[in-house]
Amino acid sequence: MTNWKPAVMTRVMLAFTVILSVFPLYWMLVIASRSNSEAVAVPPPLLPGGNLGENIMAVLQHEDAKFLTGLLNSMIVATTVTVSVVLISTLAGFAFARLRFKGSKILLMAVLLTMMVPLQQMGVVPLYRLMVSLEWTGTLQAVILPYLLNGFGVFLMTQYTTQAVPNELVEAARVDGASTLRVWWSVVLPAVRPGMAVLGINTFMLMWNDFMWPLIVLTGENPTVQIAITQLNMRFATNYTLIFAGTALSIIPLIVVFVAFGRQIVGGIMEGAVKA
Amino acid sequence: MSLNVAPPPAAHRPPRGSRRRTPSTGRRGWSAFDLKAVPYLLVSPYFLLFAAFGLFPLVFTLWYSLYDYDLAGTTEWAGLDNYAKLLADEDFWNAVTNTTGIFFLATVPQMLIALMLANALNKRLRFRLAIRMSVLFPLVTSVVAVAIVFSQLFARDWGLANWLLGLVGVEPINWRAERLPSWIAIALMVDWRWTGYNAIIFLAGMQTIPKDLYEAAAIDGASRRRQFWQITLPMLKPTMIFVVLNSTIGGLTLFAEPTTFYNGNVDGGSQGQFQTVAMFIVKQGFREFDYGYAAAAAWMLFLLILVGAAINFVLVRRIR
Repeated sequence: MTNWKPAVMTRVMLAFTVILSVFPLYWMLVIASRSNSEAVAVPPPLLPGGNLGENIMAVLQHEDAKFLTGLLNSMIVATTVTVSVVLISTLAGFAFARLRFKGSKILLMAVLLTMMVPLQQMGVVPLYRLMVSLEWTGTLQAVILPYLLNGFGVFLMTQYTTQAVPNELVEAARVDGASTLRVWWSVVLPAVRPGMAVLGINTFMLMWNDFMWPLIVLTGENPTVQIAITQLNMRFATNYTLIFAGTALSIIPLIVVFVAFGRQIVGGIMEGAVKA
Repeated sequence: MSLNVAPPPAAHRPPRGSRRRTPSTGRRGWSAFDLKAVPYLLVSPYFLLFAAFGLFPLVFTLWYSLYDYDLAGTTEWAGLDNYAKLLADEDFWNAVTNTTGIFFLATVPQMLIALMLANALNKRLRFRLAIRMSVLFPLVTSVVAVAIVFSQLFARDWGLANWLLGLVGVEPINWRAERLPSWIAIALMVDWRWTGYNAIIFLAGMQTIPKDLYEAAAIDGASRRRQFWQITLPMLKPTMIFVVLNSTIGGLTLFAEPTTFYNGNVDGGSQGQFQTVAMFIVKQGFREFDYGYAAAAAWMLFLLILVGAAINFVLVRRIR
């Protein structure tokens, strides 16, 4: 790197990208904090107004929208899936990375192959019929169960364990008489915590955003937050302030997670990409 | 394993040697179990779930696609009729055209911009983390929220896009009603969300390229531009395969953005001008309740993804 100062072009490009990245969210806040007549004015308003609290209260109190239920349901779904996926992947990742057993290579190949298939889109018909016959349509377990299966998670944790847990460490613990589960608990888990965090954040975001399957299997009575916004959008297509206040509410939990773990998210995505 | 009753050495034999299982063989039995069986226990949750929610739906999608369902709930063996009907269905081909059209409109510029952006991010910069975070910011916003915001930006009458175009004298465009404008609007939603993410992944790939390659090239008098084409791009090939494969799967199963663009309706516009294959499946299966037809379409979607992945793979391989 001979050039210490980045060229002007680079700076302009980056500034432009940063503005573009943040603008739609800024715009969301502008509309969410205005009144309906201001939102459709020409020229459009470019600065936030003073009605944000009022609009958010209107969304939360709207009986048909079920917005609070949606927020709560999404929390339950995303948290349950995240905890189980991280647990299942950490266990399997340890086995694939550090234990010798017959067929492990073939089983790992099978996991990699399942990553290529968009199961939740491909299998919608049988999955839906299954939920109907269990009488689970409209319930949260119908949304949760198909997503507990996450090949990417197993793959990521296998890679991470291989890199973060030296074989000698496992052997030493064995010599001291630790059982396999004991090794997992006392040696592996502390070492792979950063990998678990990355997988957890990733899974939480994916579940929070999931749309197609909940749209099929849930009803408007018991929605996730994405379905709740969609209902708002369908019923009040022209009431922009109400809808935008809802969308703002729906991304607040994600933004909290992002700001709190920004460094880890950036680092985790970059690490995951290089290892893949 | 408990059949392993080889007597322990005499010296260690307990005083009243009448018990068949001494503590030491019991312990050995447990440790054999621990070494041989526990690994399978550790991977079993994943494979049990895969059997129930992965393999079962895949196999049964095939089975469903061979039957004819109707609204009254009767079921009839149909053989390959659903597939034949699908191949002759204009609506299906319309969905395929829309999906691939939006995919190209979104992916080609996205890859180019992401590469340029990664190249820019790879330089020494102030506020490095802040810039990287804001580039990733779109990824953490929810898809439906973004699609709603963009739908409003692209509204015919009060949208910001038309207002801006109006400033330079362009007539208002009815983004939702026409095919190409609607594709562009949807492709922009996809790109806004994923370009930064892909740039960060390219950046990660670029940072694994050894610095001395560039130093050697600089000594040989290669320009920065030439270094990018001759070193960076070829060395990025593995990263590119990862990114392209991800974009292909994501792009061909596109659902949330176009659905939200039409207020949550899976018709994809008045003429189906932006109905994707995933939307077609949901419409056939869960609006018309033709499960067999939807299942056949799901298998065709899988085929489309395989073809798409193969084409991309060949294209990326040719970079050298």
